[in-house]
Amino acid sequence: MANDRIEKRIELKAPISRVWRALTDYREFGQWFRVKLDGPFVPGEVSRGHITYPGYEHLKWEAVVQKMEPERLFSFTWHPYAIDPNKDYSKETPTLVEFRLEKTPTGTLLLLTESGFDKIPSDRRLEAFRMNDGGWTEQMKNIENHVAQKTSSQGV
Amino acid sequence: MSPRKRHRRASELKANAPVFAALGDPTRLALVAKLCRGQPYSISQLTEGSRLTRQAITKHLRVLEGVGIVHSVRAGRESMYKFDPQPIEELKQYLELVSKQWDEALSRLKAFVES
Repeated sequence: MANDRIEKRIELKAPISRVWRALTDYREFGQWFRVKLDGPFVPGEVSRGHITYPGYEHLKWEAVVQKMEPERLFSFTWHPYAIDPNKDYSKETPTLVEFRLEKTPTGTLLLLTESGFDKIPSDRRLEAFRMNDGGWTEQMKNIENHVAQKTSSQGV
Repeated sequence: MSPRKRHRRASELKANAPVFAALGDPTRLALVAKLCRGQPYSISQLTEGSRLTRQAITKHLRVLEGVGIVHSVRAGRESMYKFDPQPIEELKQYLELVSKQWDEALSRLKAFVES
């Protein structure tokens, strides 16, 4: 498990209850994650929806909700970069995404971990990368521009 | 380099474990060092100046081929071996891409909860 994970930590100037709601209310999650979900998150159940990013609406979003421990831990498994609509990703080992929250004097500390990349066979990982490279490079550029605009106008 | 960036580098290194495992052998490392020069080499050329047999060199080349950093091409009766930096680069880029995607998503979350 220690192999091959992504870890992020970010300080949010908002109460832990606010952050919890943004993470686990499916409508709020959808707003910042840019996905339209069909219904609420329920542990053990599949969450389905589709990407709302312009030009990518044909792409499905699918994850299996794992844990929802109020104001502490929200986790789900999914297939990162499962963006080829013609491919069945269900046979691939999913990665685990965990959002952990900690209260701080100024707000909330969010620790994000995505783990399990080591369980994806490297040849399949490479194949996925080659296949998706064009689309993602394009999308990353779009997101980057959007965030840059947003942050400069908001002064964040 | 920021701690986060350093950390990211560390996880990338782990991601490349199979590739690094294949390189974790002095003979194979020497083979890669030679193949890195660019042009393809035959097994005879690679065996030259080495104390190892043709068979031993072939075995090591298969390991490198297995993780995709070496490719063989048929040239007449001989196989020529070439270094391919792609897998190492692609593994790195793949994780970098996922990592970057999270950076963007979390910055949107930040703006969302702080507004």
